[in-house]
Amino acid sequence: MTGNGGGGDAIVVSAIRKTYGELTAVDGVSFTVAEGEFFGILGPNGAGKTTTLEIVEGLRRPDAGSVTLLGENPWPRKVKLVPRIGVQLQASAFFEKLTAREQLQTFASLYGKGTKNIDEMLDVVGLAEKANTREDKLSGGQRQRLSIACALVHDPDIVFLDEPTAALDPQARRNLWDVLREIRSRGKTIVYTTHYLDEAEALCDRVAIMDHGTILAMDTPAALVRGLDAPAHIMLDHGVLPVDDVRGFTGVDEVKDDGTTLTITTRKPAPVLSALAERGTLDGLQVRTATLEDVFLDLTGREYRA
Amino acid sequence: MNAFKSLSIAGAKGFLRDKAAVFFILLFPLMFLVIFGLLFRDAGTDKIKLAVVGDGPVVRALSQAGVVETQRFDSADAAVATVRAGDLPGAVIENGTNVQLRFAASDQNQSGIVNGLVSSVVDKANVAATGQQPRFTFQPSQVEDDSLNAIQYLTPGILSWAVASAGVFGAAMTFVQWRRKQVLRRLWLAPVSPATVLMSRIGVTLGIAISQAVLFVGIACLPLFGLRLAGTWWLSIPVFLFGMLAFFAIGLLIGSFAKTEEAANGAAQIVVLPMAFLSGTFFPIDRSPGWLQTVSQIFPLRHMNDGMQDFLVRGKGIEALVVPSAILIGFTLVVGFVATRVFRWDS
Repeated sequence: MTGNGGGGDAIVVSAIRKTYGELTAVDGVSFTVAEGEFFGILGPNGAGKTTTLEIVEGLRRPDAGSVTLLGENPWPRKVKLVPRIGVQLQASAFFEKLTAREQLQTFASLYGKGTKNIDEMLDVVGLAEKANTREDKLSGGQRQRLSIACALVHDPDIVFLDEPTAALDPQARRNLWDVLREIRSRGKTIVYTTHYLDEAEALCDRVAIMDHGTILAMDTPAALVRGLDAPAHIMLDHGVLPVDDVRGFTGVDEVKDDGTTLTITTRKPAPVLSALAERGTLDGLQVRTATLEDVFLDLTGREYRA
Repeated sequence: MNAFKSLSIAGAKGFLRDKAAVFFILLFPLMFLVIFGLLFRDAGTDKIKLAVVGDGPVVRALSQAGVVETQRFDSADAAVATVRAGDLPGAVIENGTNVQLRFAASDQNQSGIVNGLVSSVVDKANVAATGQQPRFTFQPSQVEDDSLNAIQYLTPGILSWAVASAGVFGAAMTFVQWRRKQVLRRLWLAPVSPATVLMSRIGVTLGIAISQAVLFVGIACLPLFGLRLAGTWWLSIPVFLFGMLAFFAIGLLIGSFAKTEEAANGAAQIVVLPMAFLSGTFFPIDRSPGWLQTVSQIFPLRHMNDGMQDFLVRGKGIEALVVPSAILIGFTLVVGFVATRVFRWDS
């Protein structure tokens, strides 16, 4: 972990717990986020991601455990602390019928900020052309981006994003990834939740995988995948090579041919690939290595419920 | 720009751009004012209509007195036939110095009025014929400021009702919507105090109430409707403000516990509708049965109505300010206190 004592840690969460009646939403969660880090909390719906975020933001008080946000306890609300955090909520919290620019102006004024960096903000989230469009006329992706701009308009140190890419089409989602990377490059600390595994892998410095209110694993996406020690799958078109030949290659664990695709399972892809190259059968070849999704399924042991 | 100002501007823009809201808050009550104002324009001032035949000082005096309307007939027979048919209560036939009154005795009330009226006109004509100055002069004048005229009670009534609706619905819907869309949560996470948020909403409600007042009173003053404001109309301003605050407080209370817009809308209807009908919005409350007048005392709208009427059209003095103001302020404080106790920022 990058945070080494005091100054470098933006957020320190230790053993927080929150119950609603019978339901334990958060059950002893601890993590630390360093300044400038992009930290992802990953998990299915109902895993406790949002509650964890709400406690860290100071919206809810934990039943047990402690939170230090920029060196202070965020509960109860501290008027001195709130300008340093930017929050994008699950529902896009807009004022009715205002245009994109007016939303940003209104939010900026709540923080005593002028209107000078509003055009820049619209630019960052790619809404410069929609500046005069009312919130109710924006598409889902545009609303999400505006919502993020509203979280950034007062130039906070830490940005919390709660499922910013939920319910977006693939284009809008990729579009938003660029926005998130841009924010990150501005030196902000970002904490964000998602249930998209590919996204966390593509964006986050570190990921915490959460389910049933607890953190199951926490590391860089690459380290999590490596730790899984999952085999790679090499896929060829059916009939390119006889199955029995392939079984003879060094490093092959298993071979399957379903009539369309020949699938080789291996933990040592290098010798298998060179054997295939010697036979000139690399055309149309695909290699699928383990992803965060495999880590997740391995940890939770059941179907992913996104 | 500070937070209060920008939140108020945001609220005002949101209202003005919501066509349905503008219709229901401004135009819908105005429609009532216009329709009832036109329908009841002559209500209560229904004049007795008499048939007249011939020409002379008595018929002329009757036509000019303004107390009755006259319908001229060419022959006495035609006039008497109309009276017999029950279309008119009486016929005055003047022929030289002979003045005949033929009246329908079926309506004793009216026949009495007609008899008294015509005989007094004949008496006056007799006195005038002697060429002497009458010794006694008779000067009638009514004490109310033409309270029979419908626009005089419709304007304060409909204005109060419209302000009540706007306050209750506006506050209730805004807070429920803001909670559901997490605007309240977002505001909680901004360095803005709850008092500022509340004040900005009161500011928006006040702006809407003022536009309602200017619009309704302005239109009612047109010659078509003929509203005449009393000299102490400005004393209605405090009543107007306290009333607006009382209804804002009710809206805040509904917005505090209602979870959905539908629930808030239903609760607001339950509060506003009975109040509108039982507080003298569409008809003068003092014409309703005594028990109803007593029941209506529990409604803040009744007191706002009374206060607005007292100053806008009845021209009462400052001492009449005490009761409605005290009740409305008390109501605001109690309901507002309960609302702040049960208010939730989050669902």
